[in-house]
Amino acid sequence: MQRKSKALLGLASTLMLSSALPNLAIADELTLCWAAWDPANALVELSKDFTAKTGTTMKFEFVPWTSYADRFLNELNSHGKLCDLIIGDSQWIGGSAENGHYVKLNDFFDKEGIKMDDFVPATVVGYSEWPKNTPNYWALPAMGDVVGWTYRKDWFERPELKKEFKEKYGADLVAPKTYGQLKQIAEFFQKREIDGKTVYGASIYTERGSEGITMGVTNVLYDWGFQYENPKKPYEMESFVNSPDAVKGLEFYKSLYDCCTPPGSSNVYMVESADAFKSGQVAMQMNFAFTWPGLYKDEKVGGDRIGFFPNPAEKAHFAQLGGQGISVVSYSDKKDAALQYIKWFAQADVQAKWWELGGFSCLNSVVNAPSFAGSQPYAQAFLDSMAIVKDFWAEPSYASLLQAMQKRVHNYVVAGNGTAQEALDGLVKDWTQVFEDDGKI
Amino acid sequence: MNISNSIVEKAADATAKVTPISVVRRVRGLSDRAIAWLFIAPAIVLLLAINIFPLIWAIYLSFTNYRANRPNAAVEGVGLRNYERVLTDPDIWQAMQTTAHFVFWTIVLQTVIGFTLAYLIDRKFRGHAFWTTIILIPMMLSPAVVGNFWRFLYEPQIGLFAYAVSWLTGIATSDIRMLGDVSLAPWAIIIVDTWMWTPYVMLICLAGLRSIPDYIYEAAEVDRASPWRQFWSITVPMALPFIMLAVLFRGIENFKMFDMVTLLTGGGPGSVTEVASITLKRAAFESWATGRASAFAIVLFVAVFGLANIYVRALNKVKQR
Repeated sequence: MQRKSKALLGLASTLMLSSALPNLAIADELTLCWAAWDPANALVELSKDFTAKTGTTMKFEFVPWTSYADRFLNELNSHGKLCDLIIGDSQWIGGSAENGHYVKLNDFFDKEGIKMDDFVPATVVGYSEWPKNTPNYWALPAMGDVVGWTYRKDWFERPELKKEFKEKYGADLVAPKTYGQLKQIAEFFQKREIDGKTVYGASIYTERGSEGITMGVTNVLYDWGFQYENPKKPYEMESFVNSPDAVKGLEFYKSLYDCCTPPGSSNVYMVESADAFKSGQVAMQMNFAFTWPGLYKDEKVGGDRIGFFPNPAEKAHFAQLGGQGISVVSYSDKKDAALQYIKWFAQADVQAKWWELGGFSCLNSVVNAPSFAGSQPYAQAFLDSMAIVKDFWAEPSYASLLQAMQKRVHNYVVAGNGTAQEALDGLVKDWTQVFEDDGKI
Repeated sequence: MNISNSIVEKAADATAKVTPISVVRRVRGLSDRAIAWLFIAPAIVLLLAINIFPLIWAIYLSFTNYRANRPNAAVEGVGLRNYERVLTDPDIWQAMQTTAHFVFWTIVLQTVIGFTLAYLIDRKFRGHAFWTTIILIPMMLSPAVVGNFWRFLYEPQIGLFAYAVSWLTGIATSDIRMLGDVSLAPWAIIIVDTWMWTPYVMLICLAGLRSIPDYIYEAAEVDRASPWRQFWSITVPMALPFIMLAVLFRGIENFKMFDMVTLLTGGGPGSVTEVASITLKRAAFESWATGRASAFAIVLFVAVFGLANIYVRALNKVKQR
């Protein structure tokens, strides 16, 4: 009888425990979804402090960039509960806000005293607001990013190359400030033999499948005067997207691709560009700032060998915005805990540590601190770049707009079909169709 | 003959005595027809659930403005507008032409090379089993592996393909840009697909060649038919149904080609390698134009189904000869 009682007690305890444990896990665990890249590893490290402070375990769902949008937009569209928090791409804001995927954060920010004025203005517009330039917040700026450039400082400092460059162009071989200078330097290095190896001028974005060539082309077009629409009349694109200046900008991008990239550069994006630089193939490389910490640490090309500079100027001075904000997924069962994570993440000391670990903070108190510019060799270039950012459409139909641009510009720049004017005229036509389908025009 | 019949009858009687069907019939009172339906039903339900229902649903969606990323928006009927957009979209026509180009050339190359290899292997020379295994390796690999593997092979600076072509032709390796050149990129994909799937065609052709009875050749020898005559009058006609079957399988597969193109070129340069499946995927799962993508899928389905039907009729005629 006693044995039976013990057995029953044991069974009851086991049942109670087994039913209690899942509940504990639900309350104590948050899943954060993001792309699989270096900053994500830094966030894992940073989040250990959150776990230590709150007892909430952080689980991470990181997906390679090539399937990042597919994977998480599918998840959001199917109202999945996988992600409690998501660091979604800047272009997703419009669609995610209008389709109800993200929790609107205004009330939460007001309650917790989180002020958007405390963040770099461009990142608030780029990562948090929808509609743009209205105080409707759907994310907290999390990872500042922008397209900039790295260069082989060690090559630029070689006396014989400096001398040759000076003789040839009458200018110093230093980091370029204009696109004209950038092209000159790229031509100078193209097919040059350095340390017994043939090297090339520059690696630029040309990828066709996702968003690569668009990010690269816009980075250049902005400086020539390309605009997405008439600032006085939304969605009026004729003479803005395909203005004569925009045409010249696109022609320049093609000329840079034709003259100065390594052979086989027809499908290059972030990884391929970084690889071209790391393998010592190119003198300069266009890439998002997130790659800079990793490249600086690289044994072969990092340290004293690498230099950083913001996007050169032409008629105007802009750079393509990258980066993301952190949002609470409206389908999550743990929205309160997720909001607590955002509250913790917004703190100044956490943001300072985020920058130390390799994340790119968007908090003014971090980036405007007197010590910031000297805190890392790339900090000044990052600051300068973030001051001139511009972003692609963040419309709910951004993917259709992106596809059209990918096709049109790749067709001209890489495939060499038609003219820049035809490519941009075609783009206006495609984008008009998308906005007509959306009922916006 | 009578003896064997009686054995069969006895065996049938014995089986009938212990068959579970008779037990079920006795217990449940089910007819043979009902029992047949009982066994077929799960397969029919599955077929309806995963094939027929989605097809009907896609047909319905193709007449609406539904977008899968806006489930809360009102779904409105748009009549034939989606079909009109699909059939008048120059990008879709270009994608269809690109697809047709791939299907045609991959089938031609794979059939010619596959049949030739099968013919050679069928000669049963020394080590033919070893060579058969070697030839079959590409089709055993994952398309993802093959795509990445060939991307490196095509690399102008370090790729073996560029070196080999340069060695043969004297063209500089940096000028051999298989994936970045508009005229070469489609051929780069055709080469990879042919490399990977020719063994499959070879296997089917080999089965066809092995099914030809030796006595036919022996009779031809007696009639003093030349090897060339034997090849055209015996080998080709008798292996033709198998060759046509291989063409059918590869044609349907290549019409859906997606993974290889995505991995090698992403549809570029420009849109020169953008096949129909990539255009469809972009419309359905990137632009989320679900209604229009459904219309495009239906058009593709009708095209493949119609062509396959005509082809199967031709195949049956060949078999009956």
